Amino acid sequence: MKKIEAIIRKSKFDEVKKALHETGVNFFTYWDVTGVGNEKQGHVYRGVSYSTTDIQRRMLSIVVSDEFLDRTLKVIFEAANTGTVGDGKIFISTIDETYRIRTREGGTDSLS
Amino acid sequence: MDLLTANNIWMMICTALVFFMHLGFSLLEVGLTRQKNAINILFKNVFIICIGLLLYSLVGFNLMYPGTFLYGVIPDYFIGLFGLHPPIVDGVLDLTYNEGYTYYTDFLFQGMFAATAATIVSGAVAERIKLTSFMLFSIIYLTFVYPITGSWKWGGGFLDQLGFYDFAGSTLVHSVGGWAALVGIYLLGARIGKFGSDGTSHAIPGHNIPLATAGVFILWLGWFGFNGGSVLSADPSLTSLTLVTTCLAAAAGGVSAFLISTFMYKNYDLTMFLNGILGGLVGITAGADQMSPMDSVFIGLIAGVVIVFGVALVDKLKLDDPVGAVPVHLLCGIWGTLAVGVFGNMAGLDQFFTQLTGVAIIGAFCCITAFLIFFTIKKTMGLRMDSQGETEGLDIHEHGMDAYAEFGLSDKKY
Repeated sequence: MKKIEAIIRKSKFDEVKKALHETGVNFFTYWDVTGVGNEKQGHVYRGVSYSTTDIQRRMLSIVVSDEFLDRTLKVIFEAANTGTVGDGKIFISTIDETYRIRTREGGTDSLS
Repeated sequence: MDLLTANNIWMMICTALVFFMHLGFSLLEVGLTRQKNAINILFKNVFIICIGLLLYSLVGFNLMYPGTFLYGVIPDYFIGLFGLHPPIVDGVLDLTYNEGYTYYTDFLFQGMFAATAATIVSGAVAERIKLTSFMLFSIIYLTFVYPITGSWKWGGGFLDQLGFYDFAGSTLVHSVGGWAALVGIYLLGARIGKFGSDGTSHAIPGHNIPLATAGVFILWLGWFGFNGGSVLSADPSLTSLTLVTTCLAAAAGGVSAFLISTFMYKNYDLTMFLNGILGGLVGITAGADQMSPMDSVFIGLIAGVVIVFGVALVDKLKLDDPVGAVPVHLLCGIWGTLAVGVFGNMAGLDQFFTQLTGVAIIGAFCCITAFLIFFTIKKTMGLRMDSQGETEGLDIHEHGMDAYAEFGLSDKKY
């Protein structure tokens, strides 16, 4: 099983969420994050310009079975992409175990 | 309806409107400063109106209208300094005090003005002044400086004899506060992080622009009373003219500041627009009853220019003024006072120089007194928060409270 951590634009979240559901991924967690990266947002306040590299994004944490990894990545790439600097990043790590708390069942069955 | 009753009703409405300006100041200041200092800013504003009214009832009103002066400049207060002395005849308030208002209305209306002078300072020194130091400064400044300068013109003193004209207080209220604000920020120093080590200015954006906007609209509304009531009666032609000049100057000040700041900084800055409105209002305050509508538009337009360049100038001088109090109240206060010699019924070289004289004398007096008070406080109890307190926020360090307790800044257990 793999964990996909995707940092995406907030404006793309609805599209990504819909696409994930359509491909059969119905369980994930998300939260708002602030980060630094290549994108800069120009700000001006009372005549003083400042460019913040502190950018707001949304992070998704999706745990999928190994078979689901490729199609999930494909769906995120398509839905979250705008082609401009600042679209985000995806990190993959391996998950040792998963469980459903209600039934205590483990393995890939607990992911759906 | 009896004339006194009609006049007095208008004056009392105006009293309430000027009172309402304290809400305007509170919202403006809290909106243009950071969340971590919100309670502190509001505390200062609430303190000022409360202590201001009390001090004015105790000392200020009498000091400002002493009847006679010693050596022409010191209000002669040796008789009846303390407390209100309403003219009571056979247990009933004597209504022949004035045909525009009763003694009590006079006191309360003027009392609301007094407090606005100190609240101007609170915005400029925000986010790094110690609460107790500010409270002490306000008490001394409100008790002595405001009433004494006021007595020189409105109390019939030597500036009045000279022909100096200040209809509703461009100098007597706004500059008196503005000079103290300037001296205050000079002695206090800038907020941590405002200026880089190489001197570049950094933006410290306000945390709630909607509140700041609400504040400015409320201040504009309050000015209906501030200027409308300074007619000191409900005279239809004067009050209606005054309200027109007031509103046109506000609008012109806003538009002028908006256009100029947009041209200079290539963005539509709402806070500059708002400051411009206030600048126009302060600018018309010295002569609202002397100007034609066209005059007031010009005064407003120029005030807007003063605002934009004033904000840049204060920044260039490495002074930190979070809310623009110095450009709005000091610089436009001076402009408004001088404008009485440039536009309107009293325009003329003589009047201009009389206005200038008044500005200079009051400026010197306020700077010296404000400097003495602030400097003494600085050298004794200290003026400024310690750096850790300032960085972590005055709400936590001075008050132990959060302004927005739900918004993730503190732990909730339920």
